[in-house]
Amino acid sequence: MLQSAAFYILAGIAAISALMVVSARNPVHAVLFLILTFFSAAGLFVLLGAEFLAMILVIVYVGAVAVLFLFVVMMLDVNFVALKQGFLDYLPLGGLIGLILIGELTLVGWSWADHRYTGATLASPTPEGVSNIAALGAVIYTDYAFFFITAGLVLLVAMIGAIVLTLRHREGVKRQNIHAQVNRTRDEAIEVVTLKSGEGIG
Amino acid sequence: MNALLLEYLPILIFLGIATGLGLVFMLAAFIVAPSDPDPEKVSTYECGFNAFDDARTKFDVRFYLVAILFIIFDLEVAFLFPWVFPVFEGNIAAFWSMMVFLGILLIGFLYEWRKGALEWE
Repeated sequence: MLQSAAFYILAGIAAISALMVVSARNPVHAVLFLILTFFSAAGLFVLLGAEFLAMILVIVYVGAVAVLFLFVVMMLDVNFVALKQGFLDYLPLGGLIGLILIGELTLVGWSWADHRYTGATLASPTPEGVSNIAALGAVIYTDYAFFFITAGLVLLVAMIGAIVLTLRHREGVKRQNIHAQVNRTRDEAIEVVTLKSGEGIG
Repeated sequence: MNALLLEYLPILIFLGIATGLGLVFMLAAFIVAPSDPDPEKVSTYECGFNAFDDARTKFDVRFYLVAILFIIFDLEVAFLFPWVFPVFEGNIAAFWSMMVFLGILLIGFLYEWRKGALEWE
């Protein structure tokens, strides 16, 4: 009872906040509703027994991706009110994309329900009495090592791409060079001068 | 209800209390607090003069770079959690596949370091 109540509450919040993401006037509010959607999806994952996925969703999506989205919203100096005015112009194209998406999702659900095709995807079901994360660890690094290392390469490409695209050094900025500072000797730093009384240093 | 979900029951209760408490504070402020607005009182006030422009201004792309690098290393750490199980069972193949993964990301990290992407001039 409590389980299905939790499911309906979480699913309802997820659906409503997903709707608010696209309809909120203020883009920052849209990002905050997106975070609420992520949280509800994490709750749904917990209900499915996929604990690890739920925690990763909270850490990666809520903790990092949402921050990135906020940065993008702040950085793109777009007038969102003006952007929203062409809503009806974009409706046919957006509706078409939405219909295609619904069709694809129906296809996925249909072929999932049809057990002849789910054999390959159910190749590694969670064994009984093993926690979620242990079951995941048992297959990722050995059976799916190729995909795992490919994921590493994708991350490498993302890292180098982000640096190449966004890093530019400003000229003439003085940086602290700790090595040079520490290696300074007393001989370079100070000079002992003997002065006669009554005469200046100049 | 199964045992796994029973472990999450305290979180659900906590979530309920947090939501309830938040609503109580907002409703109490709405009901109890005296409210007598007039146009001058509710107008924008910024140190005595009108606001110059929008609070949302463009800022440096380097914040974005830091956020992207954070996400990448966040994902790397996320992959380390399930790795604990095969490694403690003494699975050599799992150990070395993670070492290859970390090696690939080490290349990226060294690139980032040499390029000075982590420095904030």
